[in-house]
Amino acid sequence: MITTTPTPTPYRSAQRPGPDGFAQLLRAEWTKFRTVRAWAVGLVAAAVLAALATIALAGAASDKGNPGAQNPGAVGPGGEAVTDQFTFVHQALAGNGSITAALTSLTGTVPIPPGAMPQAAVRALQSEGLRPWSKAGLIIRASLKPGSAYAAVMATGAHGVRMQYDYTHDIAGQAGTPSAAAPAWLRLSRSGDTITGYDSADGTHWTKIGTATLAGLPSTVQAGLFVTSPDLFLTSQGFASNNGVQVSTLATAKFNDISRHGAWPAAGWTGSTIGEPTTALQKALCGHPDCIKLAPGSVPNLGGFGVSGGAYTFSGTGDIAPYVPVLDPLGLSFKGTLVGLIAVIALGALFITTEFRRGMMIRTTFAASPRRGRVLVAKALVIGAVTFVAGLIGAAVAFEVAQSKLSANGWVKSVFPIDSLFSAHGLTMVIGTAGVFALAAVLAMAVGALIRRSAGAIAAVIGLIVVPLILATLMPMTIADWLLRLTPAAAFSVQQGTQYYPQVSHVCLPYNGCYPLSPWNGFTVLAVWAVLAVAGAIYVVRRRDT
Amino acid sequence: MTAMPETTVAARGPVTPRSDSAGAGLPGLRDAVHAEWTKFRTVSSTGWLLLTSVVVTIGASVIASSVVKCGSAASCSADPTKVGLTGVALGQIALAVLAALFVTSEYSTGMIRISLTAVPLRTTMLAAKAIVLTSAALVAGVASVLASVLIGGLLEPGNGFTAANGFRPMTLTHGAVLRAAGGSVLYFGLIALFSLGLATALRDSGLAITVVLGLLLVLPIFGNMILNPHWERRFQRYSPMDAGLAIQVTRNIGKQPIGPWEGLGVLGLWAAAAMLAGWFVLRFRDA
Repeated sequence: MITTTPTPTPYRSAQRPGPDGFAQLLRAEWTKFRTVRAWAVGLVAAAVLAALATIALAGAASDKGNPGAQNPGAVGPGGEAVTDQFTFVHQALAGNGSITAALTSLTGTVPIPPGAMPQAAVRALQSEGLRPWSKAGLIIRASLKPGSAYAAVMATGAHGVRMQYDYTHDIAGQAGTPSAAAPAWLRLSRSGDTITGYDSADGTHWTKIGTATLAGLPSTVQAGLFVTSPDLFLTSQGFASNNGVQVSTLATAKFNDISRHGAWPAAGWTGSTIGEPTTALQKALCGHPDCIKLAPGSVPNLGGFGVSGGAYTFSGTGDIAPYVPVLDPLGLSFKGTLVGLIAVIALGALFITTEFRRGMMIRTTFAASPRRGRVLVAKALVIGAVTFVAGLIGAAVAFEVAQSKLSANGWVKSVFPIDSLFSAHGLTMVIGTAGVFALAAVLAMAVGALIRRSAGAIAAVIGLIVVPLILATLMPMTIADWLLRLTPAAAFSVQQGTQYYPQVSHVCLPYNGCYPLSPWNGFTVLAVWAVLAVAGAIYVVRRRDT
Repeated sequence: MTAMPETTVAARGPVTPRSDSAGAGLPGLRDAVHAEWTKFRTVSSTGWLLLTSVVVTIGASVIASSVVKCGSAASCSADPTKVGLTGVALGQIALAVLAALFVTSEYSTGMIRISLTAVPLRTTMLAAKAIVLTSAALVAGVASVLASVLIGGLLEPGNGFTAANGFRPMTLTHGAVLRAAGGSVLYFGLIALFSLGLATALRDSGLAITVVLGLLLVLPIFGNMILNPHWERRFQRYSPMDAGLAIQVTRNIGKQPIGPWEGLGVLGLWAAAAMLAGWFVLRFRDA
């Protein structure tokens, strides 16, 4: 085309340019989100469906046929379910006093009745006899009744010297496993309601480990030496064969140089087995035909003790610790939030892919705000914020109602306590779930920016977050473990309903709702995925046309 | 994939009306299938998604075959054939996306108006789409299942799945394995129909793929996590993925929640219901 007219000067508006700060960008993205009615509907649906599905799963969770709905052991001073089973060589201490001893040996075996397992399996187990949390030491208890208040100082199989009290408290002392060459010197001292634990490597230089205040401790307490050793769990998982074999272990300890100060009786020591395992306990803990429990009376000196040359030797099995249930009904019910999660994944992806689909829109967006990175960050903040709110509301309602449903269905409160929404546990579960919603939506938005297709982005992110959950219940433990550490599915650890204690070994099967990472570490894995995806999206979008 | 064939057709000169459709005035199923096949193969995402499905299926199956180990049949309830076909559960995702896009992309681009102008009979068009898509899904399924079984059959004996340990090795000469492999191919075809039907009913790719994957992937998790034996069984019997994958079982068939063919039949019902819903919406609602 040939023209002779001179090039016109470009049009310039007389109006002043509007503000183009980040706040305006956020406001623009927020306007885009709220003016699409289908997205608002989707957001509300995500919150409602997450709560409803969780409540439905909790409502269906029956205590029948599920070993562990009841408390198989005792109830501790805080009202929590506890395991309280050990061999106790004790005397009554009236008033204040202290006891000191040197632990010169702590060994363990797996006493398996003949014929219960193949010989090769029994041999393979023997090296596992001393459990990391096998424990022996000094203890002062309110009474001999299982579940009573106590404070103890002890050597352990692999965690050094500890001071523990009232089941849930655990303080570390010096390191090392006791031996004749390097005995663990332990001292427990009582003054009123206060019990102080000390340790020493040589019996002369003492270090205070910690102090326990046991409110309402009677003036006469039971004090002495104890040994116990928790069960060994042999678990395997893979293709509908979730095998769990639970085997009792037996620890044997040797105490030398026992000395006492205070109002101790002149009479000698008494040996007792505290918390004899009941049939109910065995059934509840095992729930499996392969479960092997120690027959009472099959072990020499169990419930008694041998004395030679001033050294006391005896054996024990069990644990003095909080009871950790195998199943996590609240955490499993919270998988109902997956329905809401896939809805917010779709919203996150659509929030950007629809702009690409209507080519005009993304061009307008980038014309109004040419800095691509800022646009994507604004989009991430808006979609993250709205999905966080949806998740928060859905999870808060689900948390409140699901707990009461479980309680009404017979899941006893000592094992599955009803926690307040504002307790640490409630906040972790609810804010954690809301955070998972927000991060999943941001991840989907970033993937949507990368591949510019709704269906592909949604399918990819659902595949990344949901498929590992399916595979984790199918695959062998090692693979399942890595899937739940590395993929975005690690973040479901914020939905753990059971409190785990570092001083209690527990069976961690994803099938039962247990995750290898602690709640916020798992959450961080998803956060890293989301941040990397947004960074990748910014990099690609800046280098690409629209 | 390129649009090469069109140019050759155009270069041939004036198109003479074809005898089979000239009389009726409306294109028959043959023409509709031809049209759908052209639309299907000339979109680049078709090839990528089919390739993704095949690669993911084989990859995940091979990984499962190499990591799942068993000492003996007595101590381990794993099913070597089911293990060797693990990838089917993952490869179905790309196929479901392909099926949904096959129809929803026509709505998002406005192509559907041209398609329906050319083939006004809704049933014919949907049937043509179903034929083209299912054929592609079955071909991809044969490739991925065959490769999974052959590679898995070589790997698994090294992980304890041997005749000496009481396992039947995964070879296609064994009837149950053949049923599992053939059934897995059919599973892919039914998943494609299930997704196509729902996508035709919902018309939006984002909504369709969310609903399809929600039904396929979340229901089995609920079945796994629910602490109620009755409901667990119901989920395993009636959710589309769990029921459909029952076809892969070759051991302890009597102890499964649902039999192999009954399970695939349940998925067939899901696919039929989805296609019916899609047909109904397409037939009675304006495009």
